[in-house]
Amino acid sequence: MKRIVLMGNPNIGKSVVFSRLTGAEVITSNYPGTTVDFTRGRARLQGEQVEIIDAPGTYSLQPTNRAEEVALEVLGWGELVINVVDATNLERNLFLTMELLEKKKPLIMVLNMWDEADRSGIAIDVKRLEEHLRVPVVATVALTGEGIAELVSRLGEAQPLLERETLSEEKKWVEIGRITRDVQKVTHKHPTLWSSLSEATIKPFTGTPIALMVIFATFWTVRLIGEGLIAYLFEPLFELYRPLAMKISAELGPGMLHDLLIGRIIDGNIDYVQSMGLLTTGIYVPLGMVLPYIVGFYLALALLEDSGYLPRLATLSDNLFHRLGMHGHAIVPLFLGLGCNVPGALSTRNLETRKQRFIAATLLGLAVPCTAKSAMIFGVLGSYGQGYVFLVFAALAMVYVAAGLVLNKAVRGESPEIFLEIPPYRRPGVMVILKKTWMRVRWFLAEAIPFLFLGVLLVNVLYTVGFMEWIARIFSPFMEWWLAIPGEAVVALLVGFFRKDLAVGMLLPLGLEAGQMVVATTVLSLYFPCVATFAVMVKELGVMDTLRSAAVMAMTALMVGGAMRWALIR
Amino acid sequence: MQEPITSLRAGTSAQVIALLGPGSSFQRKLRTMGIREGVRLKVVAVHPFAGPLVVEISGRQITLGRGIARKIMVRVED
Repeated sequence: MKRIVLMGNPNIGKSVVFSRLTGAEVITSNYPGTTVDFTRGRARLQGEQVEIIDAPGTYSLQPTNRAEEVALEVLGWGELVINVVDATNLERNLFLTMELLEKKKPLIMVLNMWDEADRSGIAIDVKRLEEHLRVPVVATVALTGEGIAELVSRLGEAQPLLERETLSEEKKWVEIGRITRDVQKVTHKHPTLWSSLSEATIKPFTGTPIALMVIFATFWTVRLIGEGLIAYLFEPLFELYRPLAMKISAELGPGMLHDLLIGRIIDGNIDYVQSMGLLTTGIYVPLGMVLPYIVGFYLALALLEDSGYLPRLATLSDNLFHRLGMHGHAIVPLFLGLGCNVPGALSTRNLETRKQRFIAATLLGLAVPCTAKSAMIFGVLGSYGQGYVFLVFAALAMVYVAAGLVLNKAVRGESPEIFLEIPPYRRPGVMVILKKTWMRVRWFLAEAIPFLFLGVLLVNVLYTVGFMEWIARIFSPFMEWWLAIPGEAVVALLVGFFRKDLAVGMLLPLGLEAGQMVVATTVLSLYFPCVATFAVMVKELGVMDTLRSAAVMAMTALMVGGAMRWALIR
Repeated sequence: MQEPITSLRAGTSAQVIALLGPGSSFQRKLRTMGIREGVRLKVVAVHPFAGPLVVEISGRQITLGRGIARKIMVRVED
C-alpha cells in the first residue's frame, strides 16, 4: 500500500487536512506541541487504497526535540510527501519545504489557511510558486474543505526531481527571500478588531485582568456543564442502575464479598457516596461525580486551544511558572488537575524535560485539589463557616507556590524557557471542538478507568483485611503529638491515606474544634492524591521519581500541618 | 548601535543584527521561528519581573523567555 506523509510546521491546520483526507477522528489543535504522537489513517484516493500518516509538526529536519525526531522518522516511511504550508506565513514555512525537496521524494505543496491569508491582505501567485519550486501547489481552506478535491486529483502530478542541488542553510534563506519577494504581495490592512484584541490580551497590564476574567468565566462554565450533566444525565442513569445493584446485594448476602462489592447498606438502601463498595461508590465517584466535570474541563480546554487564547494565557502566566521551575505550558496540568488529577498528570507529558514534569506532577498531587477533594473540603468545613474553607484553599495555593520555589532549586536538570508562537484568534468550529472533547474523554476513560478500578479494589482489600488500621496505630502517637488533634482524628487521617472520602466520614462525628478540623483537612488534602493519580505518575515519571514525589508530598503535609497547628490550635 | 532585544521598551521597532548563543541548533530554531538576521520586528510586550517578551514579526507574534531574548542582538529603527 502506498504511504503518504503529511509534513509541516506546528499549528497550521495539518491535522485538519489529514482528517479531511481520511475522514478519521483526530485531534486538531491550536496549541503548539500537543501532538507528540503521530496519527495514521487510511483512505481511498482516486481508486487506490493508501495509508496517510500525519507527522508531528516540525520547523526543520534537524530535530531539536522528541516530536521533531518522530517527524523525521515518519518522513522516511513515506513514498509521497504532502507539505502543508501556512499561507499567512509563507516565508518561514518555506525553510522546511526546501529541506524536504532535498530528500528527493515526490512532493506536493498545500497552501493552507488561504482564506485567512486573503483576509490579512496576503496574495500569493500559486503558478509562479509552482515554477520556482517545480512541484504542484494547491491552495486550500482545510476547515471548510475547500481545495481538498483538487489536492486529491493532483496527487499524481507529484514527481521526484533528481537534479536538485543541495543548498547550505544560509543559501536556503537567501533563496527563500528571493522566492517570497517574487510570488507574494502584501497589502497593508488596517488592524482588525481581532488584532487589537490580540495585543490587549498579551500585554501584562491589560492582559492580566482579561485573563482573570477568562479564568473566572471558564470555571463558571465548567461548573455549569458539570452540574448540568450530573442532574440531567448521570443521576438518572445511576437511579436506573440502583435496582440492579440492590439485587446483586441481595444475592450476595452479608459477608466479606458483599463488603467489597456493595459495601454498607444504609437505611435499607445503597448510598452511592457512603456505601464504599466497588460496584457502588467505586463506580459512582469516578463516573457520577468526577467524569461530568472532566467533560466540562476538556470542553473548556478545547475552546481555549482552538480560539488561540491558551498560548496567550501561557505567556501571561509564564512569570509565575518560570519561577517554579516550569514555564507557561504548565498551566494545562494545573487547570485540568482542578477537575481531576488523573488527566492533569497525563498532560504533564507535554512539558519538555524530566525536571519540569517532576515538579508539575508533584505540585499537582500535593496542592491541586480535584473536584472530589474540593467537595471533601466543603463537606467537612462548610458547617464551620466559609472562612475556614477559604483558609484551606489559601493554604493549598501557598503550598503550591512555596513548594515550587523550593523544588526549582532542589531538583536537578534543565527547565527550558518559554518559546512559542502566538496564533491569531480564530473562531473555533463547533464540530471540531465536540469531536476533540469526545476523543479526549474517551482516551481518559480508556487510560484512567482501569487504574481507578484496580486502585479501589486494592485499597478496599487493604482496608478490609485491617492493614490500614494497623498502619494508623503505629503512627498515631507521633501524629497526635505533632498535630495536636485527638487520636480518633489521627486514625481518620491515616486511614484516609488513599481514601479521603472515608476519612471525611470518620472526622465528621468527632465534633472537633474549627482549628483542629482545618489542620486535619489541610493535611488530608496535601498528602497524596488518589491511587489512580499515582498509577499515572508511575507511567509518566517512572517508579523512582514517583517515590521521590510521594516523599516530598508526605513531608510537606507534615510540615504544613505542624505549622498550622501552632497558628490555629492553642 | 547594537543591543540585546531585552533592553528595548514595548512598542519599539528594530532590526535583527545577530544571534548569539550556543550551537547552531539553537540559532536554527530561532531562524525557523522567523527570527533571522536582517528581519524587522516590533516588541509588543515586555512582561515585568524578568518575564517573557512578546515580539511581532511580519504580523505574527512570538513569546520568548528572557534568557532566549537576551541572545538576540538588534538595532533600533526610528
